Amino acid sequence: MCLVETGTKNKETGEISMVPKLVPACQTPAKDGTVVVTNSPKVKANQNFVQEGILLDHPVDCPICDQAGECWLQDYYFEFGHQERRADIHPFTSKRRELGPHVSLFADRCVMCSRCVRFTREVSGEGELMVIDRGSHAEIDVFPGFPIENKMSGNVNDICPVGALCSTDFLYEQRVWFLEAQNSVCTKCSTGCATQMHVNHNQLYRIQPRFNPNANDWWMCDAGRYENQFVTAPERLDGVMIRRNNAWEPLDWPHAIREVYNHVADVALNHGGSHLAVVLSPFLSCEEAYLLASYAVSILSDVTLVVGKIPVVGQDEKFKAGFTIRAEKCPNRRGVEEIVKHFGKQPLDWDGMLAKIATGEIKGAYVTGGYGDPWIDDAEAAKFERLESLVVQDILPSPLARRAKLVLPGVTAFEKDGSYVNHAGLIQSASWGLRPHGGAHVDGQTFSDLLGRRGIYNAADVLKELAVKVPFFARCAEGVPPAGLNLVTGQEKHPLTTELGTVTHPTPTFRSEASRMLEVESSTR
Amino acid sequence: MAEFEPVLLANIHKPDSHTLSVYRAAGGYAAIKKVLSTMSPVDTVELVKASNLRGRGGAGFPCGLKWSFLPKDAPTVYMCVNADESEPATFNNRILMELDPHQVLEGIMIGCYATRAQTAYIYVRCEYPTAYKRLHQAIQECYGAGLLGKNINGSGFNLDIYLHRGAAAYICGEETGLIESLEGKRAWPRIKPPFPAIEGAFRKPTVVNNIETLANVPHIVNRGADWFKSMGVPSTNPKDPGSYGPKLYCISGHVNTPCCVELPLGVTCRELIERHGGGVWKGRKGKMAIPGGMSMGLLTEKEFDTPLDFAGPGKVGCLGLGTAAVTVMDETVSIVDYLNNACRFFAHESCGQCTPCREGTSWTSRLMTRILSGKGRLKDLEILQSISQSIGIMPGTTICGLADGAAWPLKNALGKFRGELEEYIKKTNPGGYQQEEPAMALVELAHH
Ligand SMILES: Cc1cc2nc3c(=O)[nH]c(=O)nc-3n(C[C@H](O)[C@H](O)[C@H](O)COP(=O)(O)O)c2cc1C
Ligand code: SF4
Ligand code: SF4
Repeated sequence: MCLVETGTKNKETGEISMVPKLVPACQTPAKDGTVVVTNSPKVKANQNFVQEGILLDHPVDCPICDQAGECWLQDYYFEFGHQERRADIHPFTSKRRELGPHVSLFADRCVMCSRCVRFTREVSGEGELMVIDRGSHAEIDVFPGFPIENKMSGNVNDICPVGALCSTDFLYEQRVWFLEAQNSVCTKCSTGCATQMHVNHNQLYRIQPRFNPNANDWWMCDAGRYENQFVTAPERLDGVMIRRNNAWEPLDWPHAIREVYNHVADVALNHGGSHLAVVLSPFLSCEEAYLLASYAVSILSDVTLVVGKIPVVGQDEKFKAGFTIRAEKCPNRRGVEEIVKHFGKQPLDWDGMLAKIATGEIKGAYVTGGYGDPWIDDAEAAKFERLESLVVQDILPSPLARRAKLVLPGVTAFEKDGSYVNHAGLIQSASWGLRPHGGAHVDGQTFSDLLGRRGIYNAADVLKELAVKVPFFARCAEGVPPAGLNLVTGQEKHPLTTELGTVTHPTPTFRSEASRMLEVESSTR
Repeated sequence: MAEFEPVLLANIHKPDSHTLSVYRAAGGYAAIKKVLSTMSPVDTVELVKASNLRGRGGAGFPCGLKWSFLPKDAPTVYMCVNADESEPATFNNRILMELDPHQVLEGIMIGCYATRAQTAYIYVRCEYPTAYKRLHQAIQECYGAGLLGKNINGSGFNLDIYLHRGAAAYICGEETGLIESLEGKRAWPRIKPPFPAIEGAFRKPTVVNNIETLANVPHIVNRGADWFKSMGVPSTNPKDPGSYGPKLYCISGHVNTPCCVELPLGVTCRELIERHGGGVWKGRKGKMAIPGGMSMGLLTEKEFDTPLDFAGPGKVGCLGLGTAAVTVMDETVSIVDYLNNACRFFAHESCGQCTPCREGTSWTSRLMTRILSGKGRLKDLEILQSISQSIGIMPGTTICGLADGAAWPLKNALGKFRGELEEYIKKTNPGGYQQEEPAMALVELAHH
């Protein structure tokens, strides 16, 4: 509770009469003439006392606490706390127990704000967490045998203002002040949660949701947060491979670009454009899809453009406060479809293409992937065997890549800049935070090279170009603000131009938080 | 005073006083009949307003006024009867429920009629199994006799009364804690406003009244507001609603005959001890007394002549009349023991929602443990003082009044017995009483 002093100002005399006691700010309706004082000695003394009370039982084990550096208790203590300790000194404990697969509880550190309990009741709706015992013995807990394992459970670690709830996955991995944050967009489903990736020395340590009222509010699901092992999977494709005489040979990139042309353009030039299929994966960013489509129609204007396979798993899952995990497990179907529609003479979907391969109408294909999970099985891939020519660009080996003539390594969304259009038509931009894996190239770079453009691929410039060329993207001419642009409705529920951070860091980056602390420090000296 | 004739306790000594037939034989259920046949709900509220009946649950809020706060057009209103009686040393509700449950039910019926409530919940303290059983029987009898249910006495008035066993915590007696608990949740008091009269049980307008408050209502109906106002201490200024009517005083502690007596409001503490409690036991002298439940603070022997009406205890620095449960302590009781007990109680019972209360009460309890065990420092008294001044509704730092109740024993003990406290600390900790540095915590005595 934020306690403040209030009073009223008399309109005639201008005299201010104050209420003698403190009141909870959030529960006190303001009227014309209400005076609110948030920094009087009395209010300060109360903040001081509350801090002192919270710290009576707090272990102050900051040196081994994961929250240190992003702990609200530390920050507030810095700003409002007592300088001397009046309370007894307690022996130091740090008891940890797991409340669920992703959630660790250090009960001593809890300040009993009950945000986590409210999250499970009001947002995820599963209500696993509760307060047990009473008064200063109260603790957060779950019912025996009913761990917190809902699909949004990771969020309770974010909203815990102190180090009481910690992500088991991130536990003791990094001190947070070494992490650098990059804005990203989750590619696990078509909700497209705005995220931050936290990286140090080219290693991804954790992902946290970034506030976007148009997409995900403050939340994200556990799959998006924790299931990103594919990024560092040892089997990631890391170099161009070409099949010669039934054996794989490595190839350097300049030759690779020429080989793509040989394999792909030949089919079109020999049989006619419509006999070549260029598949735009729903994992490509809009900029990349635009470049690839431009390349395809630059060979012959009637090359067949195909929207890549759309992975669908189960049903949409809607949680109590409205957060939804979508069945469509890709980030950019919307964006890719618009581009295919714009450039393709006879656009096809994946199954339409398979049918045309079966009838022999399609004789060669350039397939892009980027799927984090296995996406094509052997039987389906076998259908491509009758093609004269097959180029596959993907991040992981697959039955399809095994049947290709030429395999180009691509990258994940964590390794490239780009924009994605979610299920509702909201376009959001992501930045790279990790360098491309091994010898892989950013897909946009590959397409840019194919188009014969010089220099380094710059997603922001391509987006501006896209906005001019394809009317659906016209609103992106000035770039995309942090909360995205809705390209379907033409307006956002919450237009936000300022950058917003995560629950733990409402200010965008760690570095600025640290420098803020330094400022406070120097001003108090 | 000698001619005072008890009304609330008039029946309790009769055999089978808890049955419908005995209650009826003594004229019971005449009041509800009168109300249903001759009075409108508004008349009933006005009558209770005119009597200046004040709540007996602790806060002393005028009952009729509380009833009039309900929105006039609310389709659903609930009556919650506070029978959680968990203030230490208070047992008047228990006597009413166990020995005269029909009187209580009649009061509830009239209260519901006046407030247009068609459902009443009686929240009975968990540790009162007999009261629960008796009330249960009484409710069954009433349904059998057509006094509860649909269209009572052909008046078109419907009423159902449900019994709810409490969740066995002091905080369940706080009105919004009670409502939360009734709804099946932890008894975490709500921030007010909205007050229960606007948004209470199940988010509907709700009246919360104490058992004793409601037990007074049938008598006001039968005998009139003037009769009620002929007893007690009249109001001294227009803002003060006065202290009228009979009150059940509980006397316990170091007296010869602990008991519950009915007297007009305003009797002095000394008279209670001497006349009704049979004097301080073992021929000793009284040292101090709690005027109305632990949370009200402390009276010294010199202050025993304070009249126990709604305004009296406040004049000598206590919090108020509370539940009018007097606990007497004789000259052998150490103030340190008293304070230690008080602090442990509130630390144990704080619901834990508000940091000042949760941490403040447990801190005071630890400090008292330290002092009691001979490791106290004079600085500890300063800390106790500062905690007592910063927790509670009075300074505005907590949601409910439990924290004020925790602060008052401290305030009074430090104000009225500071010398004794200092002496105890100096005597038991001659080497360290002046120390000011934070010390290592003692191995703690468990609160539970
Ligand atoms: C901590 C706390 C405990 C309380 N316990 C009780 C109780 O056990 N019984 C009761 O009738 N009122 C209790 N009250 C008072 C109630 O909140 C409320 O004022 C009362 O039930 C209103 O009824 P009345 O107006 O008829 O007195 C308590 C208040 C507080 C702050
Ligand atoms: S969010 Fe953290 S500090 Fe708050 S109640 Fe939950 S565990 Fe405790
Ligand atoms: S004052 Fe104490 S008992 Fe009352 S709500 Fe706050 S923490 Fe709970």
